[in-house]
Amino acid sequence: MTTYYSEEHEWITVDGDTATVGITTHAAEQLGEIVYVEQKDSGDTFEKGDEIGVVESVKAASEIYAPVDGEIAESNEVLADNPAKLNESPEGDGWLYKIKLSNTDQLNDLMDLDAYKAFIA
Amino acid sequence: MADAPKRTPLYDLHVELGGKMVDFAGWEMPVQYPMGIMGEHKQCREKAALFDVSHMGQVILMGENVGEKLEALCPQAFSTLKEGKARYGFFTNETGGIMDDLIVSNAGDHFFVVVNASMRHQDIPHMAKHLDGVDVTEIFDRALVAVQGPKAEDVVGALCPAARDLKFMETMVGEINGVECRISRLGYTGEDGYEISIAEDKAVEVARAFLADENCEPAGLGARDSLRLEAGLCLYGNDIDNDTSPIEASLIWAIQKRRREEGGFLGAERIQREISGGTARKLVGIRPEGRAPARQGVEVQSEDGNAIGVVTSGGFGPTAGGPVAMGYISTDQAEPGTKVNLMIRGKAQPAEIVSLPFVQQNYKR
Repeated sequence: MTTYYSEEHEWITVDGDTATVGITTHAAEQLGEIVYVEQKDSGDTFEKGDEIGVVESVKAASEIYAPVDGEIAESNEVLADNPAKLNESPEGDGWLYKIKLSNTDQLNDLMDLDAYKAFIA
Repeated sequence: MADAPKRTPLYDLHVELGGKMVDFAGWEMPVQYPMGIMGEHKQCREKAALFDVSHMGQVILMGENVGEKLEALCPQAFSTLKEGKARYGFFTNETGGIMDDLIVSNAGDHFFVVVNASMRHQDIPHMAKHLDGVDVTEIFDRALVAVQGPKAEDVVGALCPAARDLKFMETMVGEINGVECRISRLGYTGEDGYEISIAEDKAVEVARAFLADENCEPAGLGARDSLRLEAGLCLYGNDIDNDTSPIEASLIWAIQKRRREEGGFLGAERIQREISGGTARKLVGIRPEGRAPARQGVEVQSEDGNAIGVVTSGGFGPTAGGPVAMGYISTDQAEPGTKVNLMIRGKAQPAEIVSLPFVQQNYKR
């Protein structure tokens, strides 16, 4: 399994042609206390750059953009009742989606951890 | 190019305390501290919080019959405002809209006025132009802080015992750590508390004295907004503006009886007509049933899908424990209990019209 990072502060951990997607710890810290997460449904397809959800903090709403093309396999239902999970564990239990990848070549456009660390530095 | 944001006398203290600084109305202000908006909000509801509101405009009015002259610009009874008393009011325009809201205090030998940061550039010339024979002096060398919350009396009273005896909407001059301050028992959080005007070179010292109290923590603009929203208090530019009348904004309580009857202020024609005949829309509370916050600009629809209004302020209410909003709704659909839909990102989210405020106001009357 390999984890990639996007400039929109998502992480994507890839296992074959499936992957888990979430927002980075840095993004969660910047957003502040999250009070609501709006998610797509299983079966929804999307292209890289599409809005695939909204995360709302006390102060503001922020869109989540797809880092690659794919299809939602599963939404993390825990977030509906416990949006604070996104602050507690953004890169663990606070994942947003399991997805099916439709174009693994797009992963080459994303960053590895070192590059992402440099990006947010 | 916009000018660089201005800094209040407490800027360095905010940075030292870990404040996350943002540009607000041309001022570099803390939106939150490490405690976070949610924690700061609860701190204010449960204990006491210190806010820097030095970006607001502090103005001194000196002259003969200042209160009476102010009545030409505001529909409040300022000519009968007794020494040591403060009153909430607003400047109306010629068409009965609201130019800004403000607090006016009778300080004895002068009137002390506090206006919104974003509107001081408008309000000062407005007063200077219309208040004949009155010296209008904007104060640039004083900070303004708010200590708000159920423990505010203890926090401020420990340093200035006389402040304990003030009642809501009363003002005095008192000493805090040997520094002469104007101390007024009022605020904009729905909680008991004080606003304190301090000479800029003593402001950090006084702020630190408040923060030394274990019950007092700093709070930023984020908590200030969620607190005032839960308390059902209007934010100028969101809930009230040049187009909204005070009657539409459910602010008739702030227009004293004599002024309702006599008029004699800018826009009186519309306002008196609306007092007797009602308005087509009114500002109400809106309580979403789900978890999705409804922000400013969200359309409100009736259950049968007709547009009946718009959200003017909305977000998450930490004390209410869920999303809360305010907005203008067609008066015939604005009865508390009415079921409506909020159109959030194209989806209808169920909500209910409710009475304001969302949380009980705890003023010391």
